Amino acid sequence: MEFVTQHSFLVVSLIKIAIVLFVVMTALAYLTWFERKVVARIQSRWGPYWVGPHGLLQPLADGIKFLFKEDVVPPTADKVAYLLAPFLALALALTTLALIPIGPASIGVLGQQTQLVISHSPVALILLFAISSIGVYGVALAGWSSNSKYPLLGGLRSSAQMISYEVSLTLSVVGVLLLAGSFDFYNIVDHQAGHWYHFFPRWEIIPQFLGFICYLTAAIAETNRVPFDLPEAETELVAGFHTEYSAFKFAMFFMAEYANMITVSCLATLLFLGGWLSFFPSYENPGWRWQLYLPAAGLIIGGIALIIGGLRSVQWNAKAVFPVLGIVCIGVGYLCTLTGPSHPVAEVIQGPFWFIGKVFFLLFFYVWARGTLPRFRYDQLMSFGWKFLLPLSLINLVGTSIFVVLGWHP
Amino acid sequence: MSVAMVVFIVCGALAILGAIGLILAREPVHSALSLVLVMVALAVLYLMLGAAFIAAIQILVYAGAIMVLFVFVIMLLNAGVEVRTNVSRIAFWVGLPLAVLFLAEMVYSLSRHYAASGAPASAGAVAGPVPASTEELSMKIFTDFVLPFELTSILILIAILGALVLAKKEAS
Repeated sequence: MEFVTQHSFLVVSLIKIAIVLFVVMTALAYLTWFERKVVARIQSRWGPYWVGPHGLLQPLADGIKFLFKEDVVPPTADKVAYLLAPFLALALALTTLALIPIGPASIGVLGQQTQLVISHSPVALILLFAISSIGVYGVALAGWSSNSKYPLLGGLRSSAQMISYEVSLTLSVVGVLLLAGSFDFYNIVDHQAGHWYHFFPRWEIIPQFLGFICYLTAAIAETNRVPFDLPEAETELVAGFHTEYSAFKFAMFFMAEYANMITVSCLATLLFLGGWLSFFPSYENPGWRWQLYLPAAGLIIGGIALIIGGLRSVQWNAKAVFPVLGIVCIGVGYLCTLTGPSHPVAEVIQGPFWFIGKVFFLLFFYVWARGTLPRFRYDQLMSFGWKFLLPLSLINLVGTSIFVVLGWHP
Repeated sequence: MSVAMVVFIVCGALAILGAIGLILAREPVHSALSLVLVMVALAVLYLMLGAAFIAAIQILVYAGAIMVLFVFVIMLLNAGVEVRTNVSRIAFWVGLPLAVLFLAEMVYSLSRHYAASGAPASAGAVAGPVPASTEELSMKIFTDFVLPFELTSILILIAILGALVLAKKEAS
């Protein structure tokens, strides 16, 4: 107990890391389910359906399958690099999430106030880019160490693509930094507080629309997803850099890709979409207090929908499970209505509610793009990155600089 | 022993191990990876000295850009295992005494500083106060050190032009 009071910062950080890791791992698993369901809906299919009601246990089944598959290591592979690559990819993808704050509120734990972020740094944005820039090694090493033709080609393509688009990604963000004047996520989000004409939120997406488009495109390419998933183009390269990986090592690359998706969505939310700021004027203004009840209302409506949908379902397990889930949702929703000085639940969850909502929207956008767009050709991809996206982000940067120097920025 | 001390010892050991691995590894990719390890360990040490910006830039530029290009080129050329020739053996016998000499010099000067001031040598004692925040650092670069900064930019520009010329020749 003495250790806990003496090193309270360490203990609180470890608790936060455990919570974030658990939440993110679960979110990763269900993101795969969400993606399969949405893409299936776009293509008029059902998607995962039979493992659990509406395939809800499919991620669990996939995880168990990956754990029990034979773990094949090619005899000609470079053992050290071959084993290192998936760990590197997943560990770095998860580390970046430590720098992402999800809300403004600070809560008291073990006698000290703690923020809703694992590591608060004044140069958080650069640190995040630094950590994600080493992520290329996971892909490059996997391609090289497999000692096989397709992975090597896939690894080369992939690292070339990631290096190229990293330039546009970093440059598209500089406009926001110029306007906010800080690398600290808290300052960047604080700068987006307030509204134009008392209604239109002052998010950076409006003055930095060009930057936002560049960022979104470069982010899709950076995470190797459709329409820029050339490294894994199965018609040309089998499975790209992870062709020779099986069992859980393959699952680690898979998880790293989804973790990167979450990271770039969080970053877009913080930089361009106002982070945890509400779309509406602050709830402290008279007449806007009703938005405190938005999370609760969402949960209760969702719970009722679950109960009705579950009872009308054809599957017997959905009939049994969904109403119970619905009742739990309504219960949690009721807890979220607790407001006031003694139970400030509704106020504390405001930030995370808006933040997670925006991140979820961006993730949906990702899946939507995957379901809609065809794949680029490799030369198109490269010329698009260097000849279109890079000049566009440079124009945005120069334009923003001129605005800032002349003092025109709002 | 404080947490900071543990982190310092671990990162210092990793940096030294990485440096040794860089020299001893016969496979080019392993050498490059060892160098990345050295750079990341050094970045953590910078972070502990309070220079978060320098630490991030260290990782971003050296580990994330330059070494990635190294690894990329090694992969592209499919460089084989390093071959030991007579020249490399001569380099070893010349380099070893030089390395020992350099180490002895470093230990001597640091221990003399320690004997004089009674405290371990810090960066501040050698090069004046270290700018803590990004603002201070950029003010220093763009006022006191603007000439070296611009000269470095010109140097990099020349390198870019050289790369362009070389690439053009290849195409024609």
